[in-house]
Amino acid sequence: MNIGNYVKVKSIEEAYNLLQEDKDNLIVGGGAWLKQTNKNVKTMIDLERCNLNQITENKDTLVIGSMTTLRDLECNKSLKEIDGGILVKAISGIMGVSIRNIATIGGSIVGRYSFSDILTPLLVMDCTLEFFKDGSMTIQEFLSTKKLNDILLNITIKKSNNKGYFYAMKKTSLDFAVINVAITKGKTISIAVGARPSVAALQTEAMDYINNEQVNTEAIDKTASMISSQTKFGSNAKASEEYRRSITNTYIKRGLKEVTS
Amino acid sequence: MRVILDINNQIFNVDVSPNEYLLDTLRNNHFKSVKKGCDSSSCGVCTVLVDNKPIASCTYLTAKAEGHKITTVEGIISEAEKLGKHMGDEGADQCGYCNPSLALTVYALKLENPEANTQQIREYLVGNLCRCTGYQSQHTAIRDYLGDKK
Repeated sequence: MNIGNYVKVKSIEEAYNLLQEDKDNLIVGGGAWLKQTNKNVKTMIDLERCNLNQITENKDTLVIGSMTTLRDLECNKSLKEIDGGILVKAISGIMGVSIRNIATIGGSIVGRYSFSDILTPLLVMDCTLEFFKDGSMTIQEFLSTKKLNDILLNITIKKSNNKGYFYAMKKTSLDFAVINVAITKGKTISIAVGARPSVAALQTEAMDYINNEQVNTEAIDKTASMISSQTKFGSNAKASEEYRRSITNTYIKRGLKEVTS
Repeated sequence: MRVILDINNQIFNVDVSPNEYLLDTLRNNHFKSVKKGCDSSSCGVCTVLVDNKPIASCTYLTAKAEGHKITTVEGIISEAEKLGKHMGDEGADQCGYCNPSLALTVYALKLENPEANTQQIREYLVGNLCRCTGYQSQHTAIRDYLGDKK
């Protein structure tokens, strides 16, 4: 990545105005994944001085500033209690502490990285993103929009006692996932699959099916089969499409059994 | 661009490219204890402390470091020597290439969780690879270091 200029802005307004000035200006979170891209950036805009690294606990929600590091989230006790702690589980498996002290939750979301272990659990949690100009949207809405020329301020996660399951299949703990699966069960079951190797997605058709069936072994097998056969998978250096399809079937079954037991 | 860096409580006024990483800046300024290994945030030998937290300097832009307190192993020399004594006692040391980064990470663990158990030590050190000794003797030495009240 080439960076022409680097600015630590003092306000969100300043950052937003700078972002609009040139299409090659870019907001940086922690910058942990910059080496994964080969963009030419005219001005890199750092939000470090904008007080977006706070976690605020309310009665029903956690409001997480977009510049909060993954390590700070991993150590947050309240987050460990939400949806079976799947977000903390996902984060604690991302490389080492020295990277989790750099990477931010905002950068991990806005980057829409195909290898992300963050987007998959967030898709099955009750969470809302708040942007400076575009306002609030769910993470699913965000992932289905084109690139926003806006600034992510906060992520609000609703507290819940839902059961949760997360698994990231990796060759080593320092590697990116070959596939990852997240499931929550409250009143309904939500299922997301990521690192396919395309960006994480909710499995809406399979969710519609299982949420209208009595959950038993047959329904679990059929749900896993629907996801593994109908979802788009791909091949890359880490794994083949066939391998991903096969192990997704296994981990969907395991996850559904765990959250429905 | 010019940045002012606080490295081991000394102020350095350095000229860097906006896309220069802290690892290269430190090495260009004679902090050779900070090693260049994988250069892709996997091996951990480039670890330094930023505000007493371990970070992979190969992945951290120098421009970002301005306004923060950077610590290399030279800045915690007495703690590194204490850990080194325990490492020596356990035979947990061979080539020494990963030692500075390991000492910094263990020191950060001591600040964050001085009562860390073996499992917590293992989890904290996932990002610090050692290809000489295996990890068992290191973990024993680190447990002894954390338990050492001297």
